[in-house]
Amino acid sequence: MAPAAAAIAGIHEFPGRVAGGLSPLQIKAECAAKALEDAGLTWADVDAVYDASEAGPMQGLTIAEYFGVTPRVVDTTAVGGSSYEFHAAHAARDIAAGQASVALLTYGSTAHSESRAIGTGPRPSAGPHPAYNLERPYGLTLIGNYALVARRHMAQYGTTPEQLAEIAVITRRHATRNPQAVAGLADIGIRKHGEITVDDVLGSRLIADPLHLLECCIVSDGGGAVVIVSPAVATGIRRPPVWILGTGEAVGYPGYGADITTTAAVRSGTEAFGRAGVRPGEIDIAMIYDSFTITVLTILEDLGFAKKGEGGALAASGGLAFDQPGGPALNTDGGGLSSNHPGMRGIFLLIEATRQLRGESTAQVPSARLAVAHGNGGLLGTRHAAATIVLGRD
Amino acid sequence: MTESPRRPLPQFPEPDTEAFWAATAGHRLTYQVCRECGQVVFYPRRHCPGCLHGRLEQRDSAGRGTVYTFTVIRQNGHPYFRTRVPYLVGVIDLDEGFRMVAEIDAAPDAVHVDQRVAVGWEDHEGLSVPVFRPE
Repeated sequence: MAPAAAAIAGIHEFPGRVAGGLSPLQIKAECAAKALEDAGLTWADVDAVYDASEAGPMQGLTIAEYFGVTPRVVDTTAVGGSSYEFHAAHAARDIAAGQASVALLTYGSTAHSESRAIGTGPRPSAGPHPAYNLERPYGLTLIGNYALVARRHMAQYGTTPEQLAEIAVITRRHATRNPQAVAGLADIGIRKHGEITVDDVLGSRLIADPLHLLECCIVSDGGGAVVIVSPAVATGIRRPPVWILGTGEAVGYPGYGADITTTAAVRSGTEAFGRAGVRPGEIDIAMIYDSFTITVLTILEDLGFAKKGEGGALAASGGLAFDQPGGPALNTDGGGLSSNHPGMRGIFLLIEATRQLRGESTAQVPSARLAVAHGNGGLLGTRHAAATIVLGRD
Repeated sequence: MTESPRRPLPQFPEPDTEAFWAATAGHRLTYQVCRECGQVVFYPRRHCPGCLHGRLEQRDSAGRGTVYTFTVIRQNGHPYFRTRVPYLVGVIDLDEGFRMVAEIDAAPDAVHVDQRVAVGWEDHEGLSVPVFRPE
């Protein structure tokens, strides 16, 4: 394994799925304070901030003032739900370069309270853009965009609806062990919030063929914070450090001749595993952005947990459950499918991977040593961003 | 009397795609080819992503291609599309070597991956929206 340049020292996940009148900025600040406390650090220690501007425009300009910190590094990479894996990669790089020693990543959203129809509502419009000008007339919803990948995956490899449904089933099983996820499902009005079966998934209504309702992430409020520090700072923190061993970043924009069943994770994953000096087969925990079942299936393949086209068999094998051999434990917090998805879930992948490597998960894998957090942002069928973070403990 | 909701249309000014949409008024589906390096370009742009001194020319497509993938949209909160569900959106590989997202005007069970389709047109003020149909 390569020597690690930086460590996750503090984490916090906003416990509620309904924010009760808090603003996204307030959620960010609350999570930041608690993550710094978790690390045994203070606001004054923060010298780098990473922000996806999800709580307002130009946050690179305003977030330091709001928090009351004085950063030497400001990074506003905004690539949808994968932003936080990009931020973690950049924080590790900035720390390795000696530009920062305590990096603060935050996220806050009140998507549920705002009744934002992320998957099926009108797509947000930021003014004319040539790509959107060719797509706007057709009513391709966000879910529909991912459904395009699912349909092609089925046609190309024989992947079945049952295999995709298994991902939702395993993820819900993990969620039922997480009291915050269970309470959250009830709070946001999900009627059936116990374990579900493949038949439940396939019996839920089709939203965009071949994707059913229970294959789609929920829409919650929420937020979180992650504190990433230099090895020097990591020697004095309160909790065991979780080392960033390797990172990779990529974007995908499938044009003519491209295979939309293969995501940019192929490139980001190869880079991250290569830098970390570990193989996918060594990974205990796979925190994979689960906007939809198909997102997980393709990314598991692209990261090397299954051969291309064999992700369905891996999902159906049961090996992705936290208490089963045969594959990495998948989304042990309950994922975006069943724990929380306030719009951009990437930060929770880092948080749960850290919990696992500290031994604090509600679906704990005994003696978990290595985890991967893979963020996917944007729209899988047309254009998307991908970042992979390989994490390990001492 | 309230107007029935309309299909959302491209937004202008948007200089990269204006020529594409202008051509649709005459029921011409167009794409770009670089006269320097031969690269086929879609969606339309001013620059060539294949070479640094590209000169892109707009060409007419025969409007025939195959369905690379598709979905049936059954839920959409948009006022127009809410009235249209279920409707099909596909990714179409045109025979000239470009790929576009477009509606497929067909029954949900009448379309499959790799099916041949041909372009048809839905006329609006100043432009027409390409909509594909099974051949």
